Amino acid sequence: MYQKDGESYFVVDAHQHFWDASPANWVKGQEQYAKGWIECFHAYMGLGPPETHWPLEKFMKYSEDDYVHDVFDSGHIDRGILQSTYLKEWYTDGFNTAERNARMVEKFPDKLIVNGRFDPREGEAGLKQLEEDAKRYNLKGVKVYTAEWYKGSRGWKLTDPEAQMFLDKCKELGIKNIHAHKGPTIWPLDKDAFDVKDIDVAATSNPELNFIVEHVGLPRIEDFCFMATQEPNVYAGLAVVIGGLMHARPRFFNKVMGELLFWVGEDKMLFGSDYGIWEPKWQVEGFIDWKMPDSEEYSDYPHPTTETKKKIMGLNAAKLYDIEVPAHLQLKNGGAPAAKEDAQLVESA
Amino acid sequence: MTATMATTANVLGALAEVYDPELDEPITRLGFVTSCEVSADGDVEVILRLPTPQCAPNFAFLMAADARKVVRRLPEVREVTIKLEDHYTGDEINAAVGRGEGFTGAFPGETVDDDLLALRELFLRKALVGRESRLCEALLRDGGTAEEIAALRIDDLPDTPDARRCIELRRDLGLAHGHDEPAFVLPNGDPVAAAELTRWLRTARLVRMSLEVNGGICRSLLQFRHGVAIDDPEEVLR
Repeated sequence: MYQKDGESYFVVDAHQHFWDASPANWVKGQEQYAKGWIECFHAYMGLGPPETHWPLEKFMKYSEDDYVHDVFDSGHIDRGILQSTYLKEWYTDGFNTAERNARMVEKFPDKLIVNGRFDPREGEAGLKQLEEDAKRYNLKGVKVYTAEWYKGSRGWKLTDPEAQMFLDKCKELGIKNIHAHKGPTIWPLDKDAFDVKDIDVAATSNPELNFIVEHVGLPRIEDFCFMATQEPNVYAGLAVVIGGLMHARPRFFNKVMGELLFWVGEDKMLFGSDYGIWEPKWQVEGFIDWKMPDSEEYSDYPHPTTETKKKIMGLNAAKLYDIEVPAHLQLKNGGAPAAKEDAQLVESA
Repeated sequence: MTATMATTANVLGALAEVYDPELDEPITRLGFVTSCEVSADGDVEVILRLPTPQCAPNFAFLMAADARKVVRRLPEVREVTIKLEDHYTGDEINAAVGRGEGFTGAFPGETVDDDLLALRELFLRKALVGRESRLCEALLRDGGTAEEIAALRIDDLPDTPDARRCIELRRDLGLAHGHDEPAFVLPNGDPVAAAELTRWLRTARLVRMSLEVNGGICRSLLQFRHGVAIDDPEEVLR
């Protein structure tokens, strides 16, 4: 719980990691990719305040103590959702597997949720693994990472025919939240690899599932907004928006938030710190303090209220993950975040 | 040395005509040109570096190929070498560009699209929408009405970098761009009608913001990784 100016906020960090990208975990012959990958992430850390930067060595593999300190002790996080990203072509034991994440969840079962993953290119074996993971980790969500390299393939799309089998399997297993992440992606090589159209198609064909588009489709925020405004089950994952822009590019942050509030709406936006890329503390505190400036430049953007922030910081994610929110941390006027059904009413109006 | 010797300055001048297709900004302003050397014999070597090794290979290829094209057009130049450094697919791209081949030369078997025309066009359209929205907002700020703005011709536009770039983009997209053509058009060339100007601007402004934000993130990443300080439109524009 985070308190500021007499208001209390229930904070759900819907996108965080506990990874191992240390050289001991690099696949032989693939070192340039394993190294290039984590160095790229580390550069993103540079977009946060200088006093929160870590040396690369720590960034490659931070400890459980670091995690507990940064997320719970100082980070104001009530519930964390650990996302799983495998990248086993580059990292021997995987970058950030469900198994590794689950070890942390075992220590903090009341505070953490682990999300699984699937990759349609793994076929039958992948379906079976998803089933096992769902049971073992009680999965409510998965992260799909379309930029992953796999046996010579440089990526996949949610419109690939095999992907639908996995989405059907998710429904069968009670997994309802699909966190889709596009980048940094390079495939299809000759098209715009960041195009979010496949998420659009999957969201339309699978109305029972929620699609949380991580990093709001960056670098294609415009395509994401045009899609999300039409799809009641598409949500905006704010990881990178807050961490990457609020400090480094405050004017752009105002505008991106303004556009998201306009096109996507405050009921469909989810805070995510993207830890270990950025520590949650400055993001939570900064976001609660943030105001849309009153100047002409921002005049026709929606201006966030305390309720807006309560929804974005935790109540929206709590709803998607059936997290119980203490009564005093819910919205005072009974104004619960809109359910998908509400959005559909507006859609068909 | 002769009076017609190629100089670093005129090679850099030529490179300023190469745009990052995704951001619609010259690669020289984005800080992507790390070095440019001209030998006594007129051989040129240009080194390019993008913000991350994972930057999209298709855009990286287009920038490297365009760089080679504009430098080779300079009359005093002999051999031209373009080297993309610190990139996952740098070797493939450098080899294909060095041989003067298209995109299929860099990734044989993975693509049949040699010229990436569809990709290029998609981003030329985004760029046009983005530039027009900036022009339109400036006119509205100066008190113009939707009717007045929709009635403007290309000749009526102020002589600004955005207006000049809009004309170039329309030319590259094969859209009419004569003096008497409408100043504001949809990506298919149809004029923006006065009645739909506000709605059009709402979406056009989002496209522009996306391009600007991506440019901002690229600059910040380059700055952090390599200490490259580059001129920054976020601070300059307003």
